[in-house]
Amino acid sequence: MPEGCALVTGSARGIGAASALALAEAGWPVAINYRSDAAGAEGVAAAIGEAGGGAAAIQADVRDPDAVGELFRAVEERFGPVLVVVNNAGMRADGLAPQLGDDEWERVLDTNLSAAFRVTRRALKPMLRARFGRVVNIASVVGPRANAGQANYAASKAGLIGFTKTVAVEVARRGVTVNAVAPGLVETQLTEGVGNGLVDAIPARRPGTPEEIASCVRFLASKEASYVTGITLTVDGGLSA
Amino acid sequence: MPAQATTESVEQVIFDGLKELGAEGEVSRESTFEDLDVDSLDLVELAQIIEDEFGVELQGEDVKDLRKVGQVIDLVVARSQ
Repeated sequence: MPEGCALVTGSARGIGAASALALAEAGWPVAINYRSDAAGAEGVAAAIGEAGGGAAAIQADVRDPDAVGELFRAVEERFGPVLVVVNNAGMRADGLAPQLGDDEWERVLDTNLSAAFRVTRRALKPMLRARFGRVVNIASVVGPRANAGQANYAASKAGLIGFTKTVAVEVARRGVTVNAVAPGLVETQLTEGVGNGLVDAIPARRPGTPEEIASCVRFLASKEASYVTGITLTVDGGLSA
Repeated sequence: MPAQATTESVEQVIFDGLKELGAEGEVSRESTFEDLDVDSLDLVELAQIIEDEFGVELQGEDVKDLRKVGQVIDLVVARSQ
């Protein structure tokens, strides 16, 4: 293992928490970033500790540019260089386009896309120096696919995919890979209330689990995935096929 | 603790950094990055070497018009005052 740690944004619950657990199992010390769910984040850190890994819950609202700098300083002081970043922090604020407010548009773009940019920007220079880095952006099948009522969410996730590809080619020759994972329907707090009708359209006839997404994050963060970069790994039970 | 940024120490760190990044040929204050075959990604890394050593942060705006090694040395010395 290279000397360093992993940072997962928004990992108090859901796909972020599952990813943190998977990365810890793979041997990475993990910084569990959270915005407001301290109990959730501490729970994830405790579970990792009990399993013999190293983890710490670190609060920061990644929409705040200053907070991103502070977050990295805190993580680097605790665990050393951040060599794996999982941009997972995300939210939705649904509404049909003719009625979507400016605030709903901006908040979703800010959390899902701009925050990922700022976190990645800060992470890249030390990764370049280390000649090793793994950036994994949690996108969605929504973005490449339409989903009525989610123009802001779709824009942010499609944007994240474009961002992934360009940054990947900028840094590829230094051993830093940048990839996206695009989950389909996964049962987490984010998808509470999403209709059962959707499950009938999924060839696997069930939602995915956070662990099924996390295992893909774990692979992309691994040393073995060193020649995979600029891709979006769709994990959706056949929905997009 | 960032190191003292004298012209001599900055020059040394930048010359060593450029050689580490694979600069082709003689490195001097007068060399251009183009002559040395040092590209924009190499300059990002050089900025990180400078930040680690002297605590001086160079942003995209600062470096985009720099062509010669001497310009970077002078900028880092000026910024560290």
